[in-house]
Amino acid sequence: MENKNILSKIKLIYWFTISIFSIVILLFIGAIFYHIEPSIISFTFNNNTTISETIEVKLEDNTLIKDGIHVNTGLKEGEGLMLVVQNCTSCHSAKMITQNRATKEGWRSMIKWMQQTQNLWSLGENEEKIIAYLAKQYAPQKKGRRSTLSNIEWYTLE
Amino acid sequence: MTNRRDFIKKGSLAAISAALGIDIVFAESMPKDLIPILLQENGFYTKFNKDKDMVILNDRPWNAEAQAHILDDDITPASKMFVRNNGIIPEKIDIDNWTLTIAGESVETSKTYTLSELKKFPKHTYQLTLECGGNGRSEFNPPAKGNQWSIGAVSCAKWTGLRLRDLLNDVGIKKDAVYIGYYGADTHLSGNPDKQAISRGIPLSKAMMDETIIAYAMNGENIPLAHGFPLRLVAGGWPASASGKWINKLVVRNKVHNGAKMGGQSYRVPCESVEPGTKVPDDQMCIIESMPVKSLITYPKSGAIIGENKTLDVRGHAWAGDLKVQQMDFSIDFGATWQRCELNAPQNKLAWQRWSTQINFPKKGYYEIWARATDENGVMQPMILPGWNPKGYLNNACHRIAIKVN
Repeated sequence: MENKNILSKIKLIYWFTISIFSIVILLFIGAIFYHIEPSIISFTFNNNTTISETIEVKLEDNTLIKDGIHVNTGLKEGEGLMLVVQNCTSCHSAKMITQNRATKEGWRSMIKWMQQTQNLWSLGENEEKIIAYLAKQYAPQKKGRRSTLSNIEWYTLE
Repeated sequence: MTNRRDFIKKGSLAAISAALGIDIVFAESMPKDLIPILLQENGFYTKFNKDKDMVILNDRPWNAEAQAHILDDDITPASKMFVRNNGIIPEKIDIDNWTLTIAGESVETSKTYTLSELKKFPKHTYQLTLECGGNGRSEFNPPAKGNQWSIGAVSCAKWTGLRLRDLLNDVGIKKDAVYIGYYGADTHLSGNPDKQAISRGIPLSKAMMDETIIAYAMNGENIPLAHGFPLRLVAGGWPASASGKWINKLVVRNKVHNGAKMGGQSYRVPCESVEPGTKVPDDQMCIIESMPVKSLITYPKSGAIIGENKTLDVRGHAWAGDLKVQQMDFSIDFGATWQRCELNAPQNKLAWQRWSTQINFPKKGYYEIWARATDENGVMQPMILPGWNPKGYLNNACHRIAIKVN
């Protein structure tokens, strides 16, 4: 009886050792393959097949202005702001506006281009108000043929 | 202005709320790493695995550029590659069923290939410079509309794939073929499925070059999603918009391809130079082909303060579209005198070239280092802005960095 018990224990230890040994060997082989051809782990393409859903958190109060800037979009405060928020930023980023500068004529031609090619709706009587806002808040700056280097972050280079 | 990264550093909703001066609604149910839209830019950096020094120009569609000092690597890693999109990046890529169809009026018979069939063609790897046609747009005066790129819409990664020429020969093209157009899986910003975001292409002569490839790998790995996974046409040295991403169809045309952003004013400059601010009719605008000679100072970062009598190591890259860069010079006296830099040969045709030099400054003071490349035809970068054009393309003016010697 005692012998049988010891035998079963030995069997258990035997299989346990074999399993551990096999896992180590498999890992070793895997590591060698990976070393030779790192792209084998990407054969499934899993890491590239989807990107996570766009997360949009908008502040509840869409009219909130802080320091002269509309909080939800980053646009400057001014007459016509909310018309721009409603008509422009439902399709594209407000950065499309804030990084650009143009005259009334320039902004009008951009609107026309968006209507002709990008499915922008007719702005009706709001068009002039929107253009007036854009041309006032985002007017061209005279830059000349080359600007002075600006916004330099000075640092000590050893 | 406080930037997005400062908010991330502060890292807590309280800090965000304090900065905005308001309470965030549903704060308790917000995931930990979520920052309001104004600040978080929809997680661009993590979603696309991008370097923290990349600058976002636009979040719908995604457009972001590098800064000069992060482009110092010989081979641009994916994390530092500019992102330029005309449409919405496709979200689901079915790799098992992805095919590339070669069609158009000038193919013998239309043919469709699976990815594994494409990978059976002879494989080629080239380091290829891709620069956005509008790189440098932000400097033009009067201003041009569009994304206001400064200097970082350029990269030179290592692309692997099959030659477009081998594929065209396999399909068989007719004698009247002159142009290749691409179609990709990205969707139009309006969401209209009948509209293409962008469908440009290249003339047959460019398509037949050794280095023009249909790539399925970049820097030895799958192409990152933002850069065209699983297939990208890569035509180095030309405006990067010619290198179509997520491609599933190529058309062989008997005329200049007329897909989205081939016509009108897109990726075109006046055929004859114009006075700044001129309105140019569409029929007087010509398609941009090879990009002009240009260079970047990638080390040191602008703004370095160094001690007197210290020798400064300076280096960067230079490229010239389809051509080679033949000479590289620098000036520390605002262009009054120029000195020669060391210049390496390119890894292969259409790859940018490493240049380097050592500079000793004569006395204390404020300096600018200006870098100027010259191509194999003797054409140099201008020191001030080149010819104005309505859409603000092809600004190859010298790159400048600021240095103080104390």
